[in-house]
Amino acid sequence: MTHPTYLTDAQAEAFGKELDAIRDEVKASLGAKDAAYIHRMIRIQRGLEVAGRASLFAGVLPPFWLAGTAMLSVAKILENMEVGHNIMHGQWDWMKDPKIHSTSWEWDTACPADQWKHSHNYMHHTYTNVVGMDRDVGYGILRMSAHQDWRVWNLGQPVYNALLAGLFQYGVALHDVEFDRVLEGKKSWRDAWTRLKAVGRKTSRQALKDYVLFPLLAGPFFLYVFSGNVVANFVRNLWAYMIIFCGHFPDGAHTFKAEEIENEIRGRWYLRQLLGSCNIEGGKIFHIMSGNLSHQIEHHIFPDLPSNRYAEVAPRVREICERYGLPYNSGSLARQFGTTTWRVLRLSLPGGSSLEPQAVLA
Amino acid sequence: MSFHNAASTRRSTSAERAAASPWMRAVSALTYPLSPGDFIDSLLPHTPRAARGRVEHIERNGLDAATITLRCPRGWHGHQAGQFINVGVDIDGVRHTRCYSISSAPERDDGCFTITVKAIDNGRVSNHLVDNLMQGDVVLLGEPTGEFVLPTELPQKLLLIAAGSGITPVISMLESLQAKDRIGDIVVIHSAPSPEAMIFGSELEQMAQRHAGLTLHRFYTQHTGESRHAGEHRGRFAPAKLSRLCPDWQDRQVWACGPDALLQSLEQQFDTAGIADHLHVERFRPALRAAVPGEVKEAQVQFSRSAVSATGNGAQSLLELAEASGLSPEHGCRMGICHGCTTTLKAGCVRDMRNGEVFNEEGDLVQICVCAPVGDVDLEL
Repeated sequence: MTHPTYLTDAQAEAFGKELDAIRDEVKASLGAKDAAYIHRMIRIQRGLEVAGRASLFAGVLPPFWLAGTAMLSVAKILENMEVGHNIMHGQWDWMKDPKIHSTSWEWDTACPADQWKHSHNYMHHTYTNVVGMDRDVGYGILRMSAHQDWRVWNLGQPVYNALLAGLFQYGVALHDVEFDRVLEGKKSWRDAWTRLKAVGRKTSRQALKDYVLFPLLAGPFFLYVFSGNVVANFVRNLWAYMIIFCGHFPDGAHTFKAEEIENEIRGRWYLRQLLGSCNIEGGKIFHIMSGNLSHQIEHHIFPDLPSNRYAEVAPRVREICERYGLPYNSGSLARQFGTTTWRVLRLSLPGGSSLEPQAVLA
Repeated sequence: MSFHNAASTRRSTSAERAAASPWMRAVSALTYPLSPGDFIDSLLPHTPRAARGRVEHIERNGLDAATITLRCPRGWHGHQAGQFINVGVDIDGVRHTRCYSISSAPERDDGCFTITVKAIDNGRVSNHLVDNLMQGDVVLLGEPTGEFVLPTELPQKLLLIAAGSGITPVISMLESLQAKDRIGDIVVIHSAPSPEAMIFGSELEQMAQRHAGLTLHRFYTQHTGESRHAGEHRGRFAPAKLSRLCPDWQDRQVWACGPDALLQSLEQQFDTAGIADHLHVERFRPALRAAVPGEVKEAQVQFSRSAVSATGNGAQSLLELAEASGLSPEHGCRMGICHGCTTTLKAGCVRDMRNGEVFNEEGDLVQICVCAPVGDVDLEL
């Protein structure tokens, strides 16, 4: 087991125990205020969606089109991130509300909840930043780590990256189909086809709603509603792409090789979550709009703690990291997104090992 | 009495969807993947809705009980006197569901019904309902259910036995009979610690005064004062006293609701008399939480869907136990982070080995990769 840190197993264990203690403390303190938070978020999200769609019906007047599209964009972002992503993580399961529960929630994106829970909650959160295991490392189409071999088609990476950003929800939806593994013969066509059909069913119902039914209801204003919905979905895709890519690929983020996680103890799992995740600094509204994934480190250490608590535990996590001499990758959106984009561009060419951070005080 | 759980709430919401009108189904194409009702619940929470009832009025009965008047939910089909209903409330952010007998008569026609709740020691839900519920609050409601009802063909002679809040289905029966003007020969036996603590004591008394055929016996188990009226007794009611209180008890059809000890002794007496079929009981359980055992050496785990059982030691996870028994439950991370192994707890008690959190309510959804059995457990697996 080699990890890019000097921590001994005993130290890693102690580091994990300190984080466990924070988790237990927060879990024990969850209550009516937290429940009110998620109920309020859901209410705001649904209110914005209704208001946005209503406003788009008057979209022939530019201010209404702009306001409607903006509200719908925000509603879709909230639905995707602070509400959907976090509920499906089980962050709100403790409320025992059968409607706000990881086992029953379905979200307004192309990816069916059960497939997403497998590729995200299990594969990505367990094997975070492990090349070849965590499919978020490049989504099967991008070379995001110098540990990945360079292939000639990686030259087109800037283009694939732009397409992925604009069509992000479809990229996420195709995640669990795992075409690359089907081509390598590691997964059956039948399995992939079953998943693809579920994605198809979901995508068609969404497309029917956003691009046919609501525009038709607007009658002569069909195009205004249609274009508003196209833009809202596009804005949501770009935003989600940006926040999510900033989570694991800015300068300083570590990626790992499969052999590094053999017999990994819990303390080292925590350590890998820390080294592979990056925070984005910003205000309260920014954090909410990012689904609190701006606290990516805290989210990866405590994936099922309610997101409204990440801000308060962040300074404590940071303090623990300082004490153990560990890096804590936090920066402005410009810094994190800039270095992420640089990584995408640089790794489209061979080499790039200078992008991989060196071991911490090895 | 059967008890409700979170899983059946989920079933009822999908049933709700299936039963939705074509109009609602058309609208749901616009709200996909949510239902139109989800928007209504969030944005207009006071709109009358299926499976939700607004609290219209709260009235105290006895020392620590309250009768809560609820607006019937949309699509309400009424109830039969004696039936109970599941009531769900959020306490400290957590949903709790308990069942309560409906205490009003089905003949009540103002679009409301009542439940009567006695606050019991450590009864989180009953205390919340009695102390914290306010007019205007909305509670979640199931469908009225239960077999503890009078037949349409009413027996000539009835004996109704209740203790404590066991009176609630009985008062509904009596109110219903009164509304239909069918109170014939009825003996009612009701027990409570004291006259003040007796739920529906005065209502019963008025009823007895109004109807010559209705004989009322009230037992006060902790009362030391003088009995004021005929039919008031000190001490505890026991089935052995029936021959004195109600000499023709063997000729009567009997409905009884109260603590288990009382019902067991009644069942024994009716069995011995060879008239077990005369007795209809409603088991009265204050909570559906399993007791939390102390130290665990051995735990029997039933994987009921697979009809497999295994013996756990309190340190092995339910997932490991299932796998060791030849099952292969769905799962992911095996470390409690992905929630991919979440399974319904049907009965018993399990503990999250990470932080010691205990799950012991029927219907709790538990992560089997980090939970170990504490005592005997039944899992929906």
